[in-house]
Amino acid sequence: MINWPLLSVIIFLPLIGSIIILFIKEDDVTSNNIKWSALLTSIGTFILSLTLWFQFDYLNPSYQFEEKFRWFDDFNFYYHIGVDGVSLFMILLSTFLTPICILASWSNVKKRIKEYMLAFLFLETVMIGMFASVDILLFYIFFEAVLIPMYLIIGIWGGQRRIYASFKFFLYTLLGSVLMLIAIIVMYRNTESMSIEALQGNFFSFDTQIFLWLAFFASFAVKIPMWPFHTWLPDAHVEAPTAGSVILAGVLLKMGGYGFIRFSIGMLPEATDYFIPLIMALSIIAIIYTSLVALAQTDIKKLIAYSSVAHMGIVTIGIFLVNQQGLEGAMMQMISHGIVSAALFLCVGVIYDRMHTREISFYGGLVKRMPLYATVFMIFMLGSVGLPGTSGFVGEFLVIIGAFKFSSYVVIGAAFGIILSAVYMLYLYKRIIFGEITNVKLSEIIDINTREKLILIPLAISVIIMGVFPNIFLDPMRLSLELIITNYELANVR
Amino acid sequence: MLDSIFKVLLLPEIYLAILSFVCLIFGLYIKKNAFRKTSNFAVLILLTTALLVYLDYETDFANYQNLFSNSSFINFFKFLVLMGSISSILISKEYFLSMKLKNFEIPILLLFSTLGMMLMISANNLMSMYLAIELQSLALYVAAAIKRDSHSSAESGVKYFILGALSSGILLYGMSLVYGFTGSMDFNSINMVISNYDNLNLGLIFGLVFVLVGLAFKVSAVPFHMWTPDVYEGAPNSITAFFAIVPKIAAVALIYRFCLIPFEHSYSEWSQIITFLSIASMFLGGIAAIAQSNIKRLLAYSSIGHVGYILIALVAANNDGIKAVSIYMFSYMIMNVAIFAIILSIKIKNEYLVEINDLRGLSRSNPIVSLSIAIIMLSMAGIPPFIGFFGKFYVFIAAIKQELYVLSILGVIASVISAFYYLKIIKVMFFDENIEDKKPNFKISFQSKIILTITLFLIVCFIFYPSILVNISANLKI
Repeated sequence: MINWPLLSVIIFLPLIGSIIILFIKEDDVTSNNIKWSALLTSIGTFILSLTLWFQFDYLNPSYQFEEKFRWFDDFNFYYHIGVDGVSLFMILLSTFLTPICILASWSNVKKRIKEYMLAFLFLETVMIGMFASVDILLFYIFFEAVLIPMYLIIGIWGGQRRIYASFKFFLYTLLGSVLMLIAIIVMYRNTESMSIEALQGNFFSFDTQIFLWLAFFASFAVKIPMWPFHTWLPDAHVEAPTAGSVILAGVLLKMGGYGFIRFSIGMLPEATDYFIPLIMALSIIAIIYTSLVALAQTDIKKLIAYSSVAHMGIVTIGIFLVNQQGLEGAMMQMISHGIVSAALFLCVGVIYDRMHTREISFYGGLVKRMPLYATVFMIFMLGSVGLPGTSGFVGEFLVIIGAFKFSSYVVIGAAFGIILSAVYMLYLYKRIIFGEITNVKLSEIIDINTREKLILIPLAISVIIMGVFPNIFLDPMRLSLELIITNYELANVR
Repeated sequence: MLDSIFKVLLLPEIYLAILSFVCLIFGLYIKKNAFRKTSNFAVLILLTTALLVYLDYETDFANYQNLFSNSSFINFFKFLVLMGSISSILISKEYFLSMKLKNFEIPILLLFSTLGMMLMISANNLMSMYLAIELQSLALYVAAAIKRDSHSSAESGVKYFILGALSSGILLYGMSLVYGFTGSMDFNSINMVISNYDNLNLGLIFGLVFVLVGLAFKVSAVPFHMWTPDVYEGAPNSITAFFAIVPKIAAVALIYRFCLIPFEHSYSEWSQIITFLSIASMFLGGIAAIAQSNIKRLLAYSSIGHVGYILIALVAANNDGIKAVSIYMFSYMIMNVAIFAIILSIKIKNEYLVEINDLRGLSRSNPIVSLSIAIIMLSMAGIPPFIGFFGKFYVFIAAIKQELYVLSILGVIASVISAFYYLKIIKVMFFDENIEDKKPNFKISFQSKIILTITLFLIVCFIFYPSILVNISANLKI
């Protein structure tokens, strides 16, 4: 059907774009060229990645679009990439959000535009590459390489405490991932294989699995992040520029969930079974605790950052239920959160660009001056709460159905979290949007312009589409998830 | 016929020794531009020596009454030493000229030191090992103090000399004990004698410990590292570059050969010492570097940290360990060459770069240079996709094959600690604004530019085709 390496082209197209940008000299005239070439590259990548979706074979649970080359002569490391139902939407999420990020930074990034675009395109390459890797070493390399552009994005274009936030982000996640490196080497030593595909199953003794699981947990729990490893997230989110927060919340947090599905459940089923109570406890604490913390925030971005932790708690519950509804729900919740929280950060960015503050008390009564903004913000806010008809509902609903099979205490915890999410989101919306305009500075604020419409309306449409037609997302991933569940149950049948 | 000539043992060393003397006489009789001409000549000599080493690559034997031997491991490290020494002479030429350090002796000192290192790597006897160490050290003592009118340079030379002499004394004492209890100076015979013992007797253990202390001093492993930051700081930048790049390679090769050939059968004895040295070096290197504001001191601590990882591979003591150390030393060499090529080309108000904070805002004035420094720093921190990651990766593979789990976990934790100060340099360049009007001025000579390009290319592109280096290092025999 296709005999050119579609997936490699998708991975490396942004990198090629960034190399082209590297050779454009930056000044006032050419900075537009830089922006346009970055935007066109990322849109081209998005269109190519859509062809992945259209050509994807729903009836094939294993990897498609595979490419495999010998990479190291002395070890069984391959340049092996492919897409299955789990990674398909993660790749689409990355390629969808990158052009939006570039568009969102069109006018509010004023210094070092060239480096900014370079960082984003490089980030896109490593994100896609990470989700597409079938070789663990390749996965690891992309997984850690993500830190480099993100560190620069937070550190150079961030807010007041950007240096603290960027160091915390880098070192926290690095500490998690180096332990994963040790685990990867131990896996290789025991099996002589580095293929994610070949290692799906139960290949390690129980004791080994426990240690491997803990090492992977250290890495993914920091990344996703789970309570109590989440403290880097509010700092990073608050200090990052808008587009940085978008990509951080939209894609980078999903790396943790993706890793749990692939590694913890897929490769270490017995240990997963052993640790499920721990995960459930941590997730419920995360949901309730961070929701309450979110309620007390005075900074809009920080509030959304804490709400991310709470939503990711639902994702980890869904993943570690390891049944059809739970995993599908977790995947839906990840995709939905990727879009909704990205959109919420963009909405914050819109008013931040105008007023240069994120204090909730500063705002109020925006609906009078910005009706369109109030409308799209409402869609995303409801998506975050999980109103039926929006994307958030599908994921939370499926997770709760799955949780009934496991334990009703978990259901109570998760449902309580959903109620709390309605509380803090509606309260936030009320304080910002409704009421009278009391702050004189707000009396001249203008509604969203064309560029912002271009960013926010596609996101709003996709929130609705995901809520109304969840099956177009659930069908492609169903068989791949079933395969993972079958492996898991086979391992734990004894 | 031609083939058999290349197979003569020590041909490269003999060639290098003769031509170094020729170079010395050549320098004496030249009136104009003596420094420039001798250093060009020195580079030429080293290049042809490297060619000889390359042609002799496959041979594997010992001769001259087993004083010296030859193997692929030895040849690989000799090659690294020569490459390091060539590039450090090339990148530092401009520095010497602009600092008015035009003594033609400098390249000749470096030549003799290189000769000493080559002999050191191939030594197969305690006596030849000691003589080779002294040959390279004596040349380096003088080189450290070459800027006679500078206080700090003289101080660093004296410090290096006193501590070096002390460590040589300890080394020599250890050797005498080893000789006394085994009755032999030859590596292979010591190996034979020890293989007959069930466990080492106390005298021999003392000897082993003393020799290892002396060698640990040469590789600057904690707690025998004290001289490194001071000497690095005081010596002229270009001599520091040489110190950082070349002698480490030779000393590491020697400590490997010493542990794995004569004391092959007493793994349990020396591995304890090496494990301690390794952990202490990784952590002290990482933690002490955080507080440094002088870039040369920072690089000194960074090299101490690197030694820690190299010693992990020695504790692993398997073929993977040998492979890991060759890949690690290769990456170490090119990363250091690259960073020193940059450091030796940055001037702030006509002074060469000293303080890290002087790099402030470099990314505004020289984006490409600061990007290169950032890449080198990330590579040194072991962040993929750069070559430094693969060095560490192979070290951990070797360690885990030997089930050294605790050591590997400590190793990765130390690598996170050391990532902090590498990131700090990136922070200074990219995140901080240039407040004072200290504008860094970057002027690089043509030769350094070529070397910098090659090394950066290797750092970035190693990931795309790792097999060449990996295959070479997989077949090395100690």
